[in-house]
Amino acid sequence: MTGPALTVVRAGALTTAQDPGRAGSAHLGVPRSGALDLPAHLLANRLVGNAPGAATLETTLDGCAVRAHRAVTAAVTGAPSAVTSDGRPAPGGAAVRGPAGAVFAAGPAVRGVRAYLAFAGGVAVEPVLGSRATDLLSGLGPEPLADGTVLPLGKPAAPPPPLDVAPQPAPPRELVLRLRLGPRDDWFTDAAPRTLATGRYRVSSAGNRVGLRTEGPALVRSREGELPSEGMVLGAVQVPPDGRPVVFLADHPTTGGYPVVGVVPAADLAAAAQAAPGTPLRFVPLRRVAPRAGQVPGGGSSVPSGPRSRLSSSGVRS
Amino acid sequence: MRVLRVGEDALLVELPTGDDAQALHAELLRRRAAGTLPPVTEIVPAARTVLLDGVTDPGGLARSLTGWDIPPPPAHAAGTVEIPVRYDGPDLADVAALWGVAPEDVPRVHAATRFRVAFCGFAPGFGYLTGLDERYAVPRRDTPRTRVPAGSVALAGPYTGVYPRASPGGWQLIGTTDAVLWDPAREPAALLTPGTPVRFTAVDAPAERGRPA
Repeated sequence: MTGPALTVVRAGALTTAQDPGRAGSAHLGVPRSGALDLPAHLLANRLVGNAPGAATLETTLDGCAVRAHRAVTAAVTGAPSAVTSDGRPAPGGAAVRGPAGAVFAAGPAVRGVRAYLAFAGGVAVEPVLGSRATDLLSGLGPEPLADGTVLPLGKPAAPPPPLDVAPQPAPPRELVLRLRLGPRDDWFTDAAPRTLATGRYRVSSAGNRVGLRTEGPALVRSREGELPSEGMVLGAVQVPPDGRPVVFLADHPTTGGYPVVGVVPAADLAAAAQAAPGTPLRFVPLRRVAPRAGQVPGGGSSVPSGPRSRLSSSGVRS
Repeated sequence: MRVLRVGEDALLVELPTGDDAQALHAELLRRRAAGTLPPVTEIVPAARTVLLDGVTDPGGLARSLTGWDIPPPPAHAAGTVEIPVRYDGPDLADVAALWGVAPEDVPRVHAATRFRVAFCGFAPGFGYLTGLDERYAVPRRDTPRTRVPAGSVALAGPYTGVYPRASPGGWQLIGTTDAVLWDPAREPAALLTPGTPVRFTAVDAPAERGRPA
């Protein structure tokens, strides 16, 4: 029962199809992608009776509006906004049933950044490598929505669960990101953990789905040069030459040549996805649980940087 | 070998050389195929490292890794991918000058080299191929191009790469191929996966890309 089922009336600043992403292909240069606020995506699906992997629509700051061509159950989660069904106020974080022809809309975010619109059956755009997520770094997945874009919906799997309204965390007034130091904290001066812990950082407006950018004190390098390209993980805090930490989000490159001072646990990234530009940001460096595992003396522990530094080693510049 | 913790559930294994990283990557794939590697979500080789992400017991795996006996990758592995190339790139003369050879010698050297895909990055299906002798390493161009056509065969540092699709790029362009580097409908989607042996073969056809032969 897939078929043209939704028409985008107002695409908003940036609205993309998202699901849990396409982890498992990083060795081919494929970013994981997927919903930035994963708990909000999962909740939206649960409200309308979808499996966790069904695709939702992720909006950015100013919401979006779509017309349904058949009767459908929808839900909006994530950043709080004025939700309407055919112009009438409807609850956020709740299942809303609309007739064929109804327009579902999420207005501009009152707070936070990203809202998630789920529809029973899920947005059934063509999957790429097992995921329907739009990856803005590599261009995999469907194009971002435009006014007039027509989207198919899948067959609703089951009646929605008897869950009327679900509580959601409020978008953060101050973003607190825990950070496990390493693997390249030794590329920075001893003051770096203190700078991270006590520096007055703010969320920069230059961030996107690739990374949350920061404004604040620069971290100072203790060594020159670039790393040979190495694999990057979700939540990696990469430090480019300007010294301002960048927290890698779902569309992050799979390899990179700037040192990673620490890694933010995935559990903290949903709040990062909802931190609007200007939000105060504090890093909380975690102590290492154990000494660095498995160091073998004489095993090439120094990272060559001299002759290689003239070469491209950042995976994002080629 | 040095094993670094990365966040809650990943390990970065650092090796002395790129060859060592390729050997460890091959061993990891062997053990995963044999079912003796604990479950991991990603195995991502790079220049001198292999990243293991989504590791259930990173501490345990880190301790066991350092005791592994890792054989070198086979010198002439089966499954070599051949890529036909028109050596007609706009930077051919610059590369020849950097190498200190005549322009017609660049294709000869390049096509005689046995390459291997060391790792992927930059874009889906973009492989970093090693194999060229150290003396043939070249710098990136001072000013990157805003658009490098798909299928461009290019050099930077010790690496050869082929652009899977048009994109900005700063590598030295020495040729063009019609090979399809990336096709999401194919399994695997990337023609050049880490560990794959590669040869380039020179073809003469001067036809422009996209024009019927």
